[in-house]
Amino acid sequence: MANNAAYITVTDDSFNKEVLESPLPVLVDFWAAWCGPCRVIAPVIEELAAEYEGRVKVAKMDVDNNPHTPMQYGVRSIPTLLFFDDGQVTDQMVGAVPKRQLAKRMDALAPNVT
Amino acid sequence: METNGNMSSPWDGIDFSRVEHQKLVIIGSGPAGYTAALYAARAGIHPVVITGLEPGGQLTTTTDVENYPGYPDGVMGPAMMEDFKRQAVRFGADARWGMVTAVDLSRRPFRLLVDEEEPLTADSVIVATGASAKYLGLDNEKRLLGRGVSACATCDGAFFRDVEIAVVGGGDTAMEEALFLTRFASRVHLIHRRNAFRASRIMQQRVFDNDRIEIIWDTIVTDVLGKDEVRGVLLEHTSTGQTRELPVGGFFIAIGHQPNTELFNGWLDMDALGYIVTQHSSTTTNIEGIFACGDAQDHVYRQAVTAAGTGCMAAIDAERWLAAQEAVATAVVA
Repeated sequence: MANNAAYITVTDDSFNKEVLESPLPVLVDFWAAWCGPCRVIAPVIEELAAEYEGRVKVAKMDVDNNPHTPMQYGVRSIPTLLFFDDGQVTDQMVGAVPKRQLAKRMDALAPNVT
Repeated sequence: METNGNMSSPWDGIDFSRVEHQKLVIIGSGPAGYTAALYAARAGIHPVVITGLEPGGQLTTTTDVENYPGYPDGVMGPAMMEDFKRQAVRFGADARWGMVTAVDLSRRPFRLLVDEEEPLTADSVIVATGASAKYLGLDNEKRLLGRGVSACATCDGAFFRDVEIAVVGGGDTAMEEALFLTRFASRVHLIHRRNAFRASRIMQQRVFDNDRIEIIWDTIVTDVLGKDEVRGVLLEHTSTGQTRELPVGGFFIAIGHQPNTELFNGWLDMDALGYIVTQHSSTTTNIEGIFACGDAQDHVYRQAVTAAGTGCMAAIDAERWLAAQEAVATAVVA
């Protein structure tokens, strides 16, 4: 089940190294403490992080403390989920989505491992 | 109705003899859903609430609620909905995060599918699915959603610090969004297709008194401009037909709501706008055992307090109906 070790917290400073240069595909969850829908999907993100550990890296970025990266990627609404592979955005989702839909996108991101 | 020949159905492969069964499932978690849950729980029915993707409903995207009786100093929408939930759960309501993605109301018990994979059967169902923000229906509006186009100022307003933005609409929601956005935006252009608002007096007055809001009357938005993010909107004057570009970095839509009732198309009687038709001042629908409350069946009042009121009615209607069913079953056995 979900545990604290399954996902990482990423900042403007660590974004390059942790996301863009990651050997694994990365799901970045842009969120903020004041955002209701973000709180709703947080447990789902954490569960998925545990389920996909070793296949997809899951990173959470607090947009209040890290204004630069959301700006750079045109994030104007949260929760926004951006999928990165080899430093490129390959997919995005805005707003709360059911776990199953998210899992399908994660599968697409990590197709070779089951 | 339930068999579609060779088409794949969401119910394929489900063994309904082993599926979780409940007396009452409530779909939706706004004031209507949680009030129904509160009353049903207190009646000992142990309702299950499937909250939808926006637990707490529309009020969770508002700020101050000033017109819900019992909160003389106002209350924040999300906090109020947390109170609603706690009160229902305290008496045994089981609130689960998920979205009902299919229903089969052709048989009893009724069949529901949560998140496309978890089946559930129910003796009775209360539909409290509420309403969602309407969009203008422009291609570029959809493309730029989350990239400067938004229907929720409280969710997204903070991304528009010191930016000029536009709001379209003329009701209370539009006033609230415009006023809220003045906290961040350098200027708010409020666009309305007529020359008067339909919003309540008090909300209109607050808008007129705010010098950061500029009102653009008799104007419609015909396009949203921008490649990767919103750069402006295209405006058209309704009587002269004159068009012009308004450069803005954000575009907020507050033109009303539509009921979340697509799931029940073909099952429940609805009016031309998609609102579920209920019968004789009750929450009874055309299908016995299915009850509807809140904004999903009300396009006239659409208030938190009226939604809560009809939620209470739905629980009482469902409880009486369930009791009558049990009485019949007992009589048959005897």
